[in-house]
Amino acid sequence: MIYSLYIYSAKFQKMNLHEYQGKSILNSFGVATQRGVVVDKVEDAVAAAKKLTEETGTGWYVVKAQIHAGGRGKGTVEETGSHGVVLAKGIDHIEEKVKGILGGHLTTAQTNGKGKLVGKVLIAEDVYYPGETETSEFYMSVLLDRELGRNVIVYSTEGGMDIETVAENTPDLIYKEVIDPRVGLQGFQARKIAFNLGLSGDAFKNMVKFIPCLYNAFEGCDASMFEINPVLKTSDNKIIAVDAKVTLDGNALFRHKDYAAMRDVTEEDPTEVEAGEAGLNFVKLDGNVGCMVNGAGLAMATMDIIKLSGGNPANFLDVGGTADAERVEKAFGIILKDPNVKAILINIFGGIVRCDRVAQGVVDAYKNMGSIPVPIIVRLQGTNAVEAKKLIDESGLNVHSAVLLQEAADKVKAVLA
Amino acid sequence: MSVLVNKDSKVIVQGFTGSEGTFHAGQMIEYGTNVVGGVTPGKGGSSHLDRPVFNTVADAVNTTGADVSIIFVPPAFAADAIMEAANAGIKVIVCITEGIPVNDMVKAKEYLKGSGARLIGPNCPGVITAGEAKVGIMPGFVFHKGKIGIVSKSGTLTYEAADQVAKAGLGITTAIGIGGDPIIGTTTKEAVELLMNDPETEGIVMIGEIGGNLEAIAARWIKENGTKPVVGFIAGETAPAGRTMGHAGAIVGGHDDTAEAKKRIMRECGIHVVDSPAEIGKKMAEVMGVIA
Repeated sequence: MIYSLYIYSAKFQKMNLHEYQGKSILNSFGVATQRGVVVDKVEDAVAAAKKLTEETGTGWYVVKAQIHAGGRGKGTVEETGSHGVVLAKGIDHIEEKVKGILGGHLTTAQTNGKGKLVGKVLIAEDVYYPGETETSEFYMSVLLDRELGRNVIVYSTEGGMDIETVAENTPDLIYKEVIDPRVGLQGFQARKIAFNLGLSGDAFKNMVKFIPCLYNAFEGCDASMFEINPVLKTSDNKIIAVDAKVTLDGNALFRHKDYAAMRDVTEEDPTEVEAGEAGLNFVKLDGNVGCMVNGAGLAMATMDIIKLSGGNPANFLDVGGTADAERVEKAFGIILKDPNVKAILINIFGGIVRCDRVAQGVVDAYKNMGSIPVPIIVRLQGTNAVEAKKLIDESGLNVHSAVLLQEAADKVKAVLA
Repeated sequence: MSVLVNKDSKVIVQGFTGSEGTFHAGQMIEYGTNVVGGVTPGKGGSSHLDRPVFNTVADAVNTTGADVSIIFVPPAFAADAIMEAANAGIKVIVCITEGIPVNDMVKAKEYLKGSGARLIGPNCPGVITAGEAKVGIMPGFVFHKGKIGIVSKSGTLTYEAADQVAKAGLGITTAIGIGGDPIIGTTTKEAVELLMNDPETEGIVMIGEIGGNLEAIAARWIKENGTKPVVGFIAGETAPAGRTMGHAGAIVGGHDDTAEAKKRIMRECGIHVVDSPAEIGKKMAEVMGVIA
């Protein structure tokens, strides 16, 4: 089974953290990590590197761009051509390496073709130093197995590479350990993982310590996912997290105010942030028909019907249980920020919400905004649908009303033609 | 016969005196649901909507003989409320609350094992047996009594389906909103199985969405055990991979949980899948041999 990476949603169900933030949480639960110092100005880089050398003795440094996307090492900074993770072989090289990344736009396989502005870099210790044994890299993640309703630790001897590729080519090298929620992770499970990873001696002992700390951290911070790739066995047999992709459960942030403060809104779509503040559940898409719907399932179904009518959805937008003029106006504003929108479909199934109130909301919002440059199709069904249709039809505005879902689909098709 | 709730169900409301609990309990009573009381810790001994208020679910069960509970408590306390209901011997627990932390639900789901309680939800519209009992937040008037059962992850899409089924000249036995969260008490397959075993139900509408494999499991079960026609729809054909679409569980995470993959599996298992959500009622009428 492939577990792919979850991205933070408009309704704050998942919150992604930067590597340096994830590592600070892991450290607080006793998980050993590659150490580092984060900087947001080139001028601070040399001092930060010196401080790191004092603390760790490292002579080389790894400079890592801090953005919410994987594949940084292979990614390229548009302005300089530098990769997103680079090695500085000595303090003299630090400034040059940091300059190549900080303030630039980093494009990786996961940034959807657009570069992400790098506002911070992590200057980290070199952990691949030579020693008595060879280093080895492992993969480890902790997440919910939805089918089992239990947390699992997924791990592999094939660390440091894309886990989906490993899953595709050598699925037998990926292991899964299921955690019983009544008793939590047990010692035998940690030993089993360490044995399966082929460890012995001090490395085995250190891994058996590492795993419970990692699992405790997962439960303790209410994470949705940890992905540690790689977990490194150093040449002197330490076990450390070299990278840390940490995603938190947004629904649990009420009991973790300190983690909630780690949110970096600059990593999110600004329109989605604005929608979230207005209480609207919004996801930006690339199509030409905007939509506004009550309920997530019906909203997805409405996107599908737009596609079947020959258009493409420009967004997902769940207005929730109350669709008054203020909310409708806000939603119009957000949808119309997208110049690609050629029409807007409003689809409300009134239950507790009365359709005539929603219709009034649409009419009022329309009038408040002066004019709306695209045709609007309003489909209102359920409580007081007949009154609602009358209200829309008599408003004299460029709004087409519909009662049945199929009628709405046909009207979308007509306005796009 | 009916599924999960009927006119004999004795229903209590957890979070009875809060604004949501008050509003929806009122609507349920108006529908004719036998609401026998409610629970709000600290307000035991008082009366609300002409029904007694209890401090604990155990008190409510002991006094009223309640066997069904509906939960409207805030997300931080909802998993606890589910476990309290199971501990007190409630048989059907319907949790409406949206936004419960996943770790809390992992524990609550484990707690329910072996308790004899069935959980519906969380993050769901509830359950309605047409003309008998509404234990949920759905608009009752949409659910005309008839012979079609509905299983759905979504609220308004369930209302949409019920409305289309009614307009197609059929009607509803029981509609079960199983909820859109990653961890839910009753799966699509379990809800479908309940309806397959209900003699009054003659056809089933199964509505799913992207994410997870509940629909695929249900489809395979239907292929082996199904005795009634099933019409299916999966929302989210146009949803992009990796993004959560409103429901916490609605996210495409691999190759088998896209709308396309689910629909393919459902078709292979003999389910009448519609691509357009506007055609659910029409398709049901067609397979039931009714002229819409």
